[in-house]
Amino acid sequence: MGELAVSEPVNLPVGPLGRHGTGWWGAVTLIVSEAALFVYLLFSYFYTAATAHAGWLLEPAPSLTRALPNTLLLLASSVAVWIGERGIIRQHRSQALLSFALALIMGAIFVYVQWLEWQTRSYGLGTSSYASLYYLTTGMHIAHVLVGLIVLAAIVMWTALGYFGPHRYIAVSSAALYWHFVNLVSVLVFAAFYLTPYLGFGR
Amino acid sequence: MSQPEFRTPDIGIDSVEHQARLLRLWETAPGIRGFFSSVDHKDIGIRYIVTAFVFLALGGIEALVMRLQLAGPNRSLLTPDQYNQLFSTHGMTMIFLYAAPILSGFSNYLWPLLLGSRDMAFPRLNALSYWIYLAAGLFLYAGFLTGNGPNDGWFNYVPNAARDYNPGLNQDFYALGMVLLGISTTVGAANFVVTAFRTRAPGMSINRMPIMIWGTLTASVANILVVPAVSLAFFMLWLDRQFGTQFFDPAGGGQPMMWQHLFWIFGHPWVYAIVLPAMGMVSDGLPVFCRRPLVGFSLVALSTVATMIFGFGVWVHHMFATGLPGLGLSFFSAASIAITIPSAVAVFAWLGTIWLGRPVITTAFLFFASMVLLFVIGGVSGFMTASVPVDWQLTDTYFVVAHLHYVLIGINVFPVVGATYFWFPKMTGRFMNETLGRWNFWTMFAGFNLCFLPMHLTGLLGMPRRVYTYNNYPGWGALNLLTSIGAFVFACGVLLFFINVLKSARTGALAGKNPWDAPSLEWSVPSPPPAYNFSIIPTVASRHPLWEDRLGDHGIVSSLDRGMLLDTHREALASTPLDATPDMILEMPQDSFAPVLLVLGLSVIFIGLLLKVWVAAGAGAVIVIAALISWMWPRRSLLQREPIHG
Repeated sequence: MGELAVSEPVNLPVGPLGRHGTGWWGAVTLIVSEAALFVYLLFSYFYTAATAHAGWLLEPAPSLTRALPNTLLLLASSVAVWIGERGIIRQHRSQALLSFALALIMGAIFVYVQWLEWQTRSYGLGTSSYASLYYLTTGMHIAHVLVGLIVLAAIVMWTALGYFGPHRYIAVSSAALYWHFVNLVSVLVFAAFYLTPYLGFGR
Repeated sequence: MSQPEFRTPDIGIDSVEHQARLLRLWETAPGIRGFFSSVDHKDIGIRYIVTAFVFLALGGIEALVMRLQLAGPNRSLLTPDQYNQLFSTHGMTMIFLYAAPILSGFSNYLWPLLLGSRDMAFPRLNALSYWIYLAAGLFLYAGFLTGNGPNDGWFNYVPNAARDYNPGLNQDFYALGMVLLGISTTVGAANFVVTAFRTRAPGMSINRMPIMIWGTLTASVANILVVPAVSLAFFMLWLDRQFGTQFFDPAGGGQPMMWQHLFWIFGHPWVYAIVLPAMGMVSDGLPVFCRRPLVGFSLVALSTVATMIFGFGVWVHHMFATGLPGLGLSFFSAASIAITIPSAVAVFAWLGTIWLGRPVITTAFLFFASMVLLFVIGGVSGFMTASVPVDWQLTDTYFVVAHLHYVLIGINVFPVVGATYFWFPKMTGRFMNETLGRWNFWTMFAGFNLCFLPMHLTGLLGMPRRVYTYNNYPGWGALNLLTSIGAFVFACGVLLFFINVLKSARTGALAGKNPWDAPSLEWSVPSPPPAYNFSIIPTVASRHPLWEDRLGDHGIVSSLDRGMLLDTHREALASTPLDATPDMILEMPQDSFAPVLLVLGLSVIFIGLLLKVWVAAGAGAVIVIAALISWMWPRRSLLQREPIHG
């Protein structure tokens, strides 16, 4: 018989410490699955476009005047959330609160501008497969933004209640990760529907 | 009591007081309250298993009714429409409501015990995954019972499934039910992935994980990546049917082929997801009865992963007859043929284990060993249809039906029944009856082969699948009669299995901790295991912690009696993903009603969407949001909040 393997007494972190915890892993796993959903949405768009007849694009030269600033606005909100997370870690609660609230407002503006963008469209959900894909993909993204806004609202509330500090803030990190993901998706959706037509795809 | 950020856990040995402390911390509340709020993986696992077996019985009865209709030519027991609903519901039930959930059930029950842990990484998510599965099953069956079951086969091709050709609610029940079920599969898979990487006992480095963990882990990674494809496809179908979108309608520029792509991008990896964990059961169970470790352990683990990687690239072999370009077909044909290599590795490993071992013939052994034979038969017919010209001849005939039943019954049902015989003593503390077990096995084995072996010939003769009757062509009647007789014999075998389970649960001979003298960690705890699983967190030094005395080639031996106590809070140990060195103490959640509440809200949403009662859907959404916020509310007991507050 050999020597017995017993884990030596070691000092271990207790519970989620910082972003270190199973909750963060769980958030990553679910984000991967959500990312796959958008991969399939974009696959559907490119597949349908690639097999469609000429003139399939209802927006051969989509206007960028709303969509581009709106996408940039959403990206900027990611920076705000990042600053907020730093504020929590450094115990600057007002900085955190302000940043999260700002991100919440920026996200809400994004949803409103997307709504305006839909209003300007001359076609509806059932006009053609292009229209269906456009509304489904942007709509699915907006649905994710709305979930993100609810999450951000909860984070604002919990920050205001003083729940988070330099050791315990895993909810903030998980929420921030989700928000960054949603904003990354907005870039991909924007690129597919607004930029690829200018590169000649689907024309 | 507030906890410091760091702590050195006490290391010690087991005692009665220690166990009593743990029981107080881990026991589920009694009665109806505990039933709806339990987060114990063992409760959830048993529920999964029982529910999935109920669906197996339902799907089986549906098959028997069809076999009565098909027992002879030109019979009229069923109308064409009834037959369509029956074969589609049979497929949906077996594939989605039995085959995957039964494996989730076994994995849920066994994983923490195999890994030397006190629970899954996310106990509440685990409960959620079960309750959604139950809700989705009831939702789908509500359709069937109201005459609105799926009626275009389980893979449901458009345009048949489009509203013009299928105006009833049948497809809407199916589409929404599948989206709901997809949530269950996804959250369950996420839980398995994090559990495998973060909650293994100290020392159980990744090369020491049991093969069953490899199987379910691989299947779960695949599910996370591919379930969204089918959820999206079903959601698009529902929009096409109810809101006039044009995703699949060529008249509006849509692509009917996109349905097939999205479905099979999901569907083929799914086929592996419902067999790899069962193959893992055989890889772990068979060696116990051969009295030696699995031959080629690492190769089997790697071939599990390799099968799935190939499995992502073979979906078009379901679409060979759709007129896709030849170059594309050859790629997918080659991948489908190449996938036999990792499968063969596993087959030869099992054969080698039997050959080099000293087999003890128990019922469990018979089920595990017969699986190897059935897998080879099903594999060869699959290999044949991986070739494009052969597939063109055989697709949509009963040859394919024979193939898929050899694969799914052979590599799912047989291992699952074997696994029940194997792990039943652990779950209940009692053996299943071996005499009844022999009758059970031979009836199932004979009935199965009598049913499906002649079916290959039926297919080669050209009989098309999914048609409610057939003309009296030479040979067809006799072959179909044989198949029908076989189906009933097989069903009798399954009935014997259920009888054995019910009888043995009450009167079976008592089994101790380790009745089979098996090597893995679940056999080191009492049968049935206490709420906390392991009173001492074990430390693992090899793949076979309970066989180290006889394998004896290790300098260091596992420690099962001395280790971390973790008995001051409801706590488990997190370890690093690859080496499994202790990494963190996890605070585990108490019983919770949030999962049940969430599922209640989800069900209201889906019923609202189905009936287009938007107020109901909105109310459901409010319940869901409320349940989620209460679930995610940072708790001091889980250390998600700073202790200084309030």
